[in-house]
Amino acid sequence: MTTGRRPKARLGSLLAALAITGGALLSGLPAHADEPSAGSAGKEAPRVDLVLDVSGSMRTADIQGKSRIAVAQQSLNEVIDALPAETEFGIRTLGANYPGDDKNQGCQDSKQLFPVGKTNKVEAKTAVATLRPTGWTPIGLALRGAAQDLGKGETTRRVVLITDGEDTCTPPDPCDVARELAAQGIHLVVDTLGLAHDDKTRQQLLCIANATGGTYTDVRTQEQLTDKVKQLVDRSNDTYTVTPTKTAGTDKCENAPVLSPGVYSDREKFSEHRVYRVPVKAGQELRASVSVSLDRAVARDYGVLLQATSTAGQELVRGTDAGNGRTDVISTGLRWSTNDSKGYVTASPSSSASAKPETTVCLVVSNSLAAQPGVQADPGMPLELTVDLASASSAPDGPAMGLGRGWILLLVLTLAGLLAGLVFGWIARWRIAVWREN
Amino acid sequence: MPISTLRGAFRGALAALALFPALAVAAPAASAASPSPSASESGTPAPATKAGTSFLTAINLAPGQDANVAASTGDYLYWAFGASEGQTATVGLTVNLAPTPDRHGPQTWSVEVFDGLRRRQSCTAGTQNATGETTTTSLALSCTLREVRSWAEPWSGDPLPGTYYVRLSLSDAPQPDLGLAASVQLHVSAKGDADNAQPEGGELKAPLVPPVGGGAATAKAAAPEEPEEHWYTGWFSGWNSRWFWTVGGGILAALAGVAGYTLTRHPRGYRPARYGAVPPQSGAPQPDPYAGSGRP
Repeated sequence: MTTGRRPKARLGSLLAALAITGGALLSGLPAHADEPSAGSAGKEAPRVDLVLDVSGSMRTADIQGKSRIAVAQQSLNEVIDALPAETEFGIRTLGANYPGDDKNQGCQDSKQLFPVGKTNKVEAKTAVATLRPTGWTPIGLALRGAAQDLGKGETTRRVVLITDGEDTCTPPDPCDVARELAAQGIHLVVDTLGLAHDDKTRQQLLCIANATGGTYTDVRTQEQLTDKVKQLVDRSNDTYTVTPTKTAGTDKCENAPVLSPGVYSDREKFSEHRVYRVPVKAGQELRASVSVSLDRAVARDYGVLLQATSTAGQELVRGTDAGNGRTDVISTGLRWSTNDSKGYVTASPSSSASAKPETTVCLVVSNSLAAQPGVQADPGMPLELTVDLASASSAPDGPAMGLGRGWILLLVLTLAGLLAGLVFGWIARWRIAVWREN
Repeated sequence: MPISTLRGAFRGALAALALFPALAVAAPAASAASPSPSASESGTPAPATKAGTSFLTAINLAPGQDANVAASTGDYLYWAFGASEGQTATVGLTVNLAPTPDRHGPQTWSVEVFDGLRRRQSCTAGTQNATGETTTTSLALSCTLREVRSWAEPWSGDPLPGTYYVRLSLSDAPQPDLGLAASVQLHVSAKGDADNAQPEGGELKAPLVPPVGGGAATAKAAAPEEPEEHWYTGWFSGWNSRWFWTVGGGILAALAGVAGYTLTRHPRGYRPARYGAVPPQSGAPQPDPYAGSGRP
């Protein structure tokens, strides 16, 4: 599997290395971390799949006197009209076709209304207009279907789920489905919009949004629905290319993946340690940061620790953060720079004299998170790691090239000048006197 | 040298001495005005209408740019702005809460600021958390950061030039209130400039910005404005008030030197009348007018 950006990334790190070593070193770059996915990101278009609940309960007329489905249809019309040209947009329905009472059949009722692609706006609007509230609410099934509609790729795909009720087809629990989809590393974000305001629906939609890094909106007006969906489509346009490289940390430094500068994603379970390696040359500064997303209910207090250690296990520096209460991620970072003279660093023997000694730094990510009762521990929580190497900045050796500032300086210089003038004057007088005597 | 010239020089020196303080005071003010990034553009950019939902997708704000965003209660909103050395940034936020009838209890919103390495930055002043009762319509939050340092030990967590992330979150609210419409206004202001950055002479080789790459195309984050590169960059660190003070001190020293010299050569009241009129090369030896021993 070759990627379009691998050479670019390598060139980037090469340039950085060149800048630092003065162009002396041209080989021995770290092997790239395993990149499982392929594809050139630049060519993919932002993909959004809208999942619309057309279950029987959508008939309820409780949004500004209009039925939920009417509000959704009108909003969708506006959204489709305002679709950006590059967006590939699709619509999937759930509960639109089977009107019967058989749960088994009703819970298989999710259909692709309009495939994800360049949208024919007129056709899409016609298709939406024909929808009539009918059946059950198989949200989990619809999410799986939407993930299929969107396909796999390097970029972030967005599912916008508009629903008015809790899933009537559990199991599978839609939140588990969402977490499972997120864990597949297919860069799927589910934004949920709730048309009903009961606690169960809200809980479920919050859970889905939380598990995939999406947002939840409680829809009260048609305008709000329209604006929010437009905003989500725009957001997809803006950020769909921002996807970290997938990597998998290990529990020991010896067999940890070697990372070059970049952004990586991984998963970490409760109380798990994840280790990565970064080679740092003398004169370079390692900059690393880590974010652990709290995508499920965790105990009230939590923390994250990022440690940089030498291969021998000596701690070099640590970054830590802790907190409590509602949050999406906990993150911390660290800087560390090498200096050959440091005793605890084991420099690898270099063959050429010009090559700077290279230190392998192990980055250990650990967390002090605890699950709330009944919360799944598997798959682990999303972890985001950034690694960067910059030139090390040495301690300043004094203010601006020895220049001075302030009234004391002026006074001292003036007095020095005056004294010098006096001394020279006296010398000159003395010399004239001597000269006259002779 | 004719006396009149010397005297003129002395008077000129005195005049310069009197003038100098004004010059020295004006200099830092002048140099402060030019590199300030917030005031440079003609007119401030239009407010951003978006917010990111994670560190990676944070919306970059140009210097002086505000943000005006519609959001859902409970969203985590991220923005990024650049700060350079010597600046003290203040983040101000106004949250317009959802309409009162839909709300069930008090809401607490908080603003947190992180540096380019996602390290939490302390607020030195401001309301980081604010709680609104069900009747409250809007909340004001603010956070003033520490002054950005020009250099810091890698082991420290001091603020450095680079990207700063603002995260607005709802830290506490009854669950039925989540998802309600809310809107947020953000304003970032910065004061101070590189002239007073501590430690003096310190330099961070590369600003603390998140890495680009690794991912398919991770967006470039907001960074402080880079100073222009010239052929003499590296030799000359740029104009700062120290140059004015030092050059001024040199001039003063030179003038004081001339003044001191003049004083010894022409002590007032002891100038002999003949001096300069008769060249003392020939004739009988004369008593030296300056020899102290020759005078009573």
